[in-house]
Amino acid sequence: MSDILKARIAEIFDEPGCDKNQAKDAKDRKKGCAKPLTPGAAAGGCAFDGAKIALQPLTDVVHLVHGPLACEGNGWDNRHASSSGPRLYRTGFTTDLTEMDIVMGNGEKRLYRAIKEAIARHNPPAVFVYATCVPAIIGDDIEAVCKHATEKLGTPCIPVNAPGFAGSKNLGNKLAGEALLDHVIGTIEPDTITDTDINILGEYNLSGELWQIRPLLDRLGIRVHACVTGDARYREIASSHRVRVNMMVCSTALINVARKMQDRFGIPYFEGSFYGISDTSDSLRIMARMLVDRGADESLIERTDALIASEEARAWARIEPYRAALKGKRVLLYTGGVKSWSIVAALQEIGMEIASTSVRKSTENDKDKIKALMGGDAHMVDSIPPREMYAQLKRGDADIMLSGGRTQFVALKARVPWLDINQERHNAYAGYDGMVELVAELHKAIINPVWQEVRRPAPWEATDREAERMALLETAC
Amino acid sequence: MTEIIHSRKSLATNPLKSSAPLGAALAYLGVAGSVPLLHGSQGCTSFALVLTVRHTKEAIPMQTTAIDEVATVMGGSENLEEALLNLTKRMKPRFIGVATTALMETRGEDIVGDLKLILARRPELANVRVVLANTPDFNGALEDGWSKAVCAIIDGIVEPRGTATPLYQQVNLLPGVHQTAGDIEWMVETAESFGLIPVVLPDVSGSLDGTVPENYVPTSLGGASVDAISRMGRALHSIAVGEHMRAPAERLALRTGVPSTVLPTLTGLAASDDFIALLSRISERAAPARIRRQRSQLVDAMLDGQFYFASKRVAIAADPDLLTGLAGFFTSMGADIVTAVASTSNSPLLSSVPAERVLVGDLQDFEDSARAAGAELLVTHSHGRQASERLDVPLLRVGFPIFDRLGAMHRCTAGYQGTRNLIFEVSNIILSGLHEHAPGDFAQALPIIEETRHAGATSATC
Repeated sequence: MSDILKARIAEIFDEPGCDKNQAKDAKDRKKGCAKPLTPGAAAGGCAFDGAKIALQPLTDVVHLVHGPLACEGNGWDNRHASSSGPRLYRTGFTTDLTEMDIVMGNGEKRLYRAIKEAIARHNPPAVFVYATCVPAIIGDDIEAVCKHATEKLGTPCIPVNAPGFAGSKNLGNKLAGEALLDHVIGTIEPDTITDTDINILGEYNLSGELWQIRPLLDRLGIRVHACVTGDARYREIASSHRVRVNMMVCSTALINVARKMQDRFGIPYFEGSFYGISDTSDSLRIMARMLVDRGADESLIERTDALIASEEARAWARIEPYRAALKGKRVLLYTGGVKSWSIVAALQEIGMEIASTSVRKSTENDKDKIKALMGGDAHMVDSIPPREMYAQLKRGDADIMLSGGRTQFVALKARVPWLDINQERHNAYAGYDGMVELVAELHKAIINPVWQEVRRPAPWEATDREAERMALLETAC
Repeated sequence: MTEIIHSRKSLATNPLKSSAPLGAALAYLGVAGSVPLLHGSQGCTSFALVLTVRHTKEAIPMQTTAIDEVATVMGGSENLEEALLNLTKRMKPRFIGVATTALMETRGEDIVGDLKLILARRPELANVRVVLANTPDFNGALEDGWSKAVCAIIDGIVEPRGTATPLYQQVNLLPGVHQTAGDIEWMVETAESFGLIPVVLPDVSGSLDGTVPENYVPTSLGGASVDAISRMGRALHSIAVGEHMRAPAERLALRTGVPSTVLPTLTGLAASDDFIALLSRISERAAPARIRRQRSQLVDAMLDGQFYFASKRVAIAADPDLLTGLAGFFTSMGADIVTAVASTSNSPLLSSVPAERVLVGDLQDFEDSARAAGAELLVTHSHGRQASERLDVPLLRVGFPIFDRLGAMHRCTAGYQGTRNLIFEVSNIILSGLHEHAPGDFAQALPIIEETRHAGATSATC
């Protein structure tokens, strides 16, 4: 691994904005927070995966993966990050390195030619070049190739140096953020600046969730200059350094971007969420107050309160018809990070019970929030082995499981309703409308008579039981 | 002879290939009680796993040796050992199939040697069969990985010639990577109808056919058992499907002395006839009445369906064997293959594809060529959906991955019934796109002026 990359990772692990890091002493902090992976018992994506997830939603650029086939070939066009315009981001680009390229050391040359071909055909505002394991160990210098290509071809080429072996998906998110800080943010001056400009960091517009939020902000006159990176255009991110406030929605993913934009450009940030009614309201309130602190018209606060009051009332009115069917139903929530507390709050708002919630990827801060919400940590679990999860569901510990695609089949095979709350889902759950949508989906899943149907005994099982009963009767007589 | 054209581009756009280690993992999943283990960074497994889950709609056991920075520098042997031990302890598999990745192959370690040493010094691994296939991502694609994994299973598990008692009804079936659970079920039932006892390797019809077990099982559930595999030498004959299964078939023949036949495909009337004729010869029995009836149904479907295939301009992109089989099928029904794109050039049969040329390339080549040729039907996996939208041409999803339709593992396109299904599926796609004719469809037609349609009104315009 190159020294630059090593230094970069060490720096990320020393993030002062990270509350987990703050809690450590100097010695532990130096060790970093790379949890060693257990061979044969690891789950989850690599650093490259994380970098790609964080940047791929940028819609109008070429995302070029430098490596052998699998890195892009097995994973392209696999998430539902939506675009309101350009479709280029859904195109899979890779150098598809062959044995010959590797043996002959042609990696850098092939990469340069690939960049050139992509620009010639698509004329994008920028090319993002992702390193992967193989070029990293044969010593391809993607930074140098990108620099050369930028000068020679006149299109910014951004190196994203996050090879898979460097670490986890989360580290990859942050390395992607570093690439934006080093090569993109602040490179173009915005055409217009208003005193209600904000950026949203760590929102990827999955299934169009950003569009559930934008109308609310529009009504308040708050302008989203750049969403990093959901439905983003290159120009918006490149000129995102003049906004008044940054909102960070995916708590740990892009904290380094938020913190460094504060240091470099004086933009204050806050951490918020658009999952759940009260979280959405809180986020809007904080946003309004911070904008006013930075010079926006004071009436914004009043208008925000008015909007919140009317939206909350409207949302509750729309949720009301579902409440009776959902009240007291138990949920097994298996997700990570920010989603665990924001969804716990949301589900409790409608009277559902949390059977247990996982806090695998959550920060200490996230965990405190969950404890506060659930009155203790009794139902807080780090991770549940699939076998145990299956047993819980089979026993009927929960009426429905909410999780990501990986654990979907544990629930379904236990014949228990399941709802996707991770990136592969098709439904948008953000803001007030999103919460109504989530409740409607929960309702749809729980009341479905199919669950009774699939638990019906097979005819031969019924017969067996009948025979048993007959036998019992006979012995009783 | 078909011209094979290799792309000169440095940039692959919209990859057609899935990687070789993924192909190997799929093959390993066709062994009972198995866990595939990819020797590479955890992302190698994660991407392969997610894609396989989306295709099969099943929980998939697949693990990683989790190569990190230190292992990248110091070597991956310790990670391999730790992974095997952890896996064995946690999941209690009967079988672990290791597939290497580009990362480990680029480092150039002696992984085969490492594995031997690990197995020799670790008594904990005595009850689990471990095999290894070298499948760097930079070499070949899905078919290559699948084939190499099957070779590894044969080398590691099948008992060599002379040790097995012959069983005169056994036939070995070696399906290719594009045979679904549905295809395999058809092969098995058909072989059984000739009084034969089939042993399938790999058998995803037992493990990836979507059932609801009564208990949680962390490994693959169903599939070819290690015991059955070890006794493949008892068979009368082995039947392999697809050119990429030639190497495993030869390996098995060499090891056991069981003669083998490689059939290029099972789709189409002639291909199905070949399979039935072979079973008949092996079993020395005539085809049962049910099979004869099925053949007649297929012939009827061909008669009903040929209207929609005739001179239809079809574009196909697939792995070499799937491409060869489908191109032959479409041509036999009267369609023209205007675009043929292969993921790799690793099959001698590509030069027999009934098209002017075969491009070895990606889905961008496919889209460009299909557009230029005015293709009326696109045939490739789910990633062809973007091209289908842009060209406004319908897409028939085939091969791997199919992630935006249900039932990929149950779709049968093998044999008389499978071919009949496929004819109906294609015909229905064409039928749903047929439009009602309007005068403008016919270049020779004079524009119809509304007034001229009524006698008596003509005088006014004349």
